[in-house]
Amino acid sequence: MSDVIIQGPNVAHTHDAHADHHGHEHHEQHFITKYIFSQDHKIIAKQFLITGIIWAVIGALMSVFFRLQLGFPDQTFPIMETFLGEWAKGGKLNPEFYYALVTMHGTILVFFVLTAGLSGTFANLLIPLQIGARDMASPFMNMLSYWFFFVASVFMFVSLFVQTGPASGGWTTYPPLSALKEASLGSGIGMDLWLISMALFVVSSLLGGLNYISTILNMRTKGMTMTRMPLTIWALFFTAVLGVLSFPVLLSGFVLLIFDRNFGTSFYLSEIFIGGKALPHVGGSAILYQHLFWFLGHPEVYIIMLPGMGMASEVLSNHSRKPIFGYTAMIISLIGITVLAFLVWAHHMFVTGMSPFLGSVFVLLTLLIAVPSAVKVFNWLTTIWRGNIRFTVPMMFALGFVSLFISGGLTGIFLGNSALDIHLHDTYFVIAHFHIVMGVSAFFGMFAGIYHWFPKMFGRFMNNTLGYIHFFLTFAGAYLIFWPMHYEGIAGMPRRYYDYSAWESFKQFNDLNAFISIAAILVFFAQLLFVVNFFVSIFRGRKMTTKNPWGSPTLEWTTPIKTGHGNWEGDIPEVHRWPYDYKDDGNGNDFIPQTVPLKPGEEAH
Amino acid sequence: MSGLLTIALIILVFVIIYQIAKASEYATILRGEEKINARVNRTMAWLLVVFFLLGLYGIWLCHDALIDKMLPVSASNHGVEYDSMLLVTLIVTGIVFFLTQTILFWFAFRYQSTEKRSSFFYAHNNKLELIWTTIPAIAMACLVAVGLRNWGRMTGAAPSNAAVVEIVGKQFNWIIRYPGKDGVLGKKDFRKINDANNVLGLDWTDKDNLDDVVAQNGELHLVVNKPVSLVIGSRDVIHDVGLAHFRMKMDAVPGITTTMWFTPTITTAKMKEITGNKDFVYEISCDQMCGKGHYSMRGTIIVETQAEYDAWMAKQQTYYASANPPAATPAPAAEGAAQPEQKTDSVKAITMK
Repeated sequence: MSDVIIQGPNVAHTHDAHADHHGHEHHEQHFITKYIFSQDHKIIAKQFLITGIIWAVIGALMSVFFRLQLGFPDQTFPIMETFLGEWAKGGKLNPEFYYALVTMHGTILVFFVLTAGLSGTFANLLIPLQIGARDMASPFMNMLSYWFFFVASVFMFVSLFVQTGPASGGWTTYPPLSALKEASLGSGIGMDLWLISMALFVVSSLLGGLNYISTILNMRTKGMTMTRMPLTIWALFFTAVLGVLSFPVLLSGFVLLIFDRNFGTSFYLSEIFIGGKALPHVGGSAILYQHLFWFLGHPEVYIIMLPGMGMASEVLSNHSRKPIFGYTAMIISLIGITVLAFLVWAHHMFVTGMSPFLGSVFVLLTLLIAVPSAVKVFNWLTTIWRGNIRFTVPMMFALGFVSLFISGGLTGIFLGNSALDIHLHDTYFVIAHFHIVMGVSAFFGMFAGIYHWFPKMFGRFMNNTLGYIHFFLTFAGAYLIFWPMHYEGIAGMPRRYYDYSAWESFKQFNDLNAFISIAAILVFFAQLLFVVNFFVSIFRGRKMTTKNPWGSPTLEWTTPIKTGHGNWEGDIPEVHRWPYDYKDDGNGNDFIPQTVPLKPGEEAH
Repeated sequence: MSGLLTIALIILVFVIIYQIAKASEYATILRGEEKINARVNRTMAWLLVVFFLLGLYGIWLCHDALIDKMLPVSASNHGVEYDSMLLVTLIVTGIVFFLTQTILFWFAFRYQSTEKRSSFFYAHNNKLELIWTTIPAIAMACLVAVGLRNWGRMTGAAPSNAAVVEIVGKQFNWIIRYPGKDGVLGKKDFRKINDANNVLGLDWTDKDNLDDVVAQNGELHLVVNKPVSLVIGSRDVIHDVGLAHFRMKMDAVPGITTTMWFTPTITTAKMKEITGNKDFVYEISCDQMCGKGHYSMRGTIIVETQAEYDAWMAKQQTYYASANPPAATPAPAAEGAAQPEQKTDSVKAITMK
C-alpha cells in the first residue's frame, strides 16, 4: 500500500508524457492493473460511471419500446422485432415481454444506474479527493465492490436473453407473483437470475458503503474536521449509512424468496390455487415481503436523492460564487432525512390491508420528512440569492435539479397522506411523482456532477454547446412527459397496463399517451447527445489548462491536472477553513481555498 | 424502409448538432473566451426566463385540455370528502409550487454574473431557518390532521346496515359472491377450489353457503345509497380492487382477507346522464400488477335502485344449485362434502372466462 503511495506521483509523470494515448504504450500487465483490476479510486469511479451509462442507455431504450406500445397500442413497429425478436413478433410487443421491459427498466435505473452508477461514481471519485486522502480505506474492497457490481450486471444482462424472458413481476417483485413459476413466464429462470444478480448487487453495495463510511471517518487530512467537509461528502456519507443499514434487510427478503421459490418453504405463500391446483403452502404472508422490501425500498429513494442533493449544493454554491446558505441546517436536514427514511417505508403499503392505525403513524412520519426537504429547498434558493451566477452547464443542471425536486417533492405530500393515497395509489400519479423526483431530479444532480467534475476525471472539458442543448431538451422533455401524467393519475388510470383501449374510464387518454410517448422518445435521443459528448470529450474535449477551472475552494482542485494514483504529489495539503469561503482573498480572487490559513484577525466561519 | 429512413435522419440530425457544437467551441476560443462567456451567460439567463414563461403557458394549456378528464365525478360518500381534501392539498402545494419556482427562476435571472457584480457573503441566518422549518411543519400538521380524520372514516367499521359482498381476484378476472338471503357468506377453503364447479372453494357442509350467489362475469351489483362492505380476497397472486369513481382501493392478498366499505351515491343510469356518455360504466380495475393479463383484469359495477336490484337478484340462481344440477344431486346438501366432490369429474363442460 505505502509502496503505491510513494510511487503515485511518478506514475502520474510517466502518464503525462504520453497524455493522450491512454494505455497504448503500457505493458499488458500494467494496463490490466491500471485500468481493469485497478485499486485507484478514480479509475473505479470511472468504471462505475461508464458501466452506469451503458446500463442507462439500455434501461432508457426499454422505456422507448414500452412507450411505443403505450402511445400507439394499435400500430406495429417492425423495428422492435429487429431488436426484440420473438418478443415483438410482427412489430407488436408481447404483453409478457411488456411487463418484463417495465420490470427491467425499473430495476436497471433504480439499482444499476442511480445507485451504483451514481454513488459508486461520485463517492469513489470525491471522498478521497475532497477529504484529502490518498485513496479509500481499503482500495482492495473498493475494487471488489466494482467487480461484484460487474458480475451482478452480467447476471442481469444474461437474464434478458433466457427463453422465458427476464423477471416480469415489477421492480418490486412482489410474491406470490414472483415466487410461483405458474404465475408468469418471467417468474421462471429469469427471476432466479434476477435474485442472484440483486444478491451480488447488495454485496457490492455493502463493500462500497462500508468503505465510504470508514474512509470519511478515519482518513480526513489534517485540519479537515467533520464540519469542514463539503456537503457532497456529508451527503455521500449518509447515503452510505442508509445503504449499509437497509440493504441487508433487502437481502434477507430475497433469501426468503429464494427459499420459497426453490426449497418449498412458505414465508410469503399461503392458500394459493394456481395452475389448476391448490398449493401446499399455508401460513406465510405476502405482506411480509413488502415490509422487508420497502424497509430498503424507501431508504433507497434517499440513497438515490442524497448524492444529487450534495452535488447540487456544491455546484450551486460554486457557480453562484457564494457560500452554501445554512451549512449546518443542511447537515441537520440530511440527518433528519436519513433517520426518517427508515421510519416511513409502510407508506408504500397503505392499501395492502395493513392496520389503518399503523397507516396513520406512517402518514405522520412521512409528511414529517417534507420538513427537512423544504429546509433544503429554501437554503438552495437563498444560496443563489445575491450571488454572481455563472450559467455553466453544471449550474444549469443544478438549477434544474432544484426545480424538479420541488415539483416532484410536492406531489409526495399527496401520496404520503393515506386518505389521498387510497385513490392515487398505483396510478400514473405515482409514476409522475417518483420519476420527477427520484428519476429526473436525481439524474439532474448526477449530470451536474458529471459536467462539473469531468475535468477532474479526464483532464478535459465536455462540449458546452452540446451540454446546453442536452439540458434544455431534457428539462423541457421531463416536464412534457411527466406533468400530464398527474392528470391521468388523478383520473385513476392504473400504472403497469399494457393497453387501455378496453377501459371506458381510461381510453380517453389515448391521445395524451401518444403525446407522452413522442416526448419520451425525443428525450431518449437527447440523452444520446450526452453519451456522445461524454465519450468523445474523453479523447477530444478541450484540455484543462489550470488546476482549478471553476475557482473552487475544495481540495480536489489542488491535485495535479493529471491526477495519479495517490492524488497529491508530495504531502497531502493541510486544511485550515471550511469549504465555502467565497470571499475576496485580497488578490482579486473571489474565493479562498481550504488550504489557505486564516489571516490574522479573520474569523473562521 | 421508413424505419431505416428515420434512423438515417436521426443520425444526420445528430451529426449536424455535433458539428455546430464543435464549431461553436472553436469560435469561443478564437474570439476570446471571456467575451463569449459573458454573452453565453446572458443568453442562458434569458433562456431560463423564456423556459419559465413557456412552462407557465404550457401548464395552462395542459390544464385547459385535461381538467375535464382529470377527476371523474365522485360517486360515493367518501368521494365527496376525498375531492375536497384533494382540492385543499392542490391549493396548498400549488401555492408553494408557483412561489418557489418563481423565486428560483427570478433569482437565477436577477443575479446572473456581470462584470460589476460580486456576490454577497451570506452564510447563515438562524431566524430564517427557524421560520422555514416551522411553517412547513405547521402546514404538514394541518394536512395530516385532515388526512387522518378522513382516513379514520374511510377505514373505520362499516355501518351495521351495510350489505356484504365478497370479491375475489384471480388471474385475470374477478369473482363476486353475494351472501344470499341469510346475509352471511359461508366458509371456504382454497383446497376445495375447482374451476369446474367450485371456483371459490365453498365448503358445502356450511349451510350458509347454500344460498350464496356467485357471479363470474365480473359484474358487481350494488344498491344506491346503501353502504356496502366488500370482503376482498385472492386465489393466486396479489390483485387490487381499484374503484376510481368511488375513490377507493384495496389489495386482494392470498391468505388474507381485506375489507373496505363505502356508500355508492349515484346510479349507473344517473351517471350516464351526468357524464353524457351512454356507454358509461363503473369499472373495477386491478391496480396491483398480477401478471401478463393484468391490464385486462376488468370488472364492472352496476349501481341501481333497491327495486332494480331486487328484481335482478330474484333472477339469480344460487351457486350451489348451478354448480350441482338437481338431476345429478339427489341427496340433500347437508349430507356431506364428498358428494359434490364426486361431481367434479363429471362436470367438465362449464366454460370459464
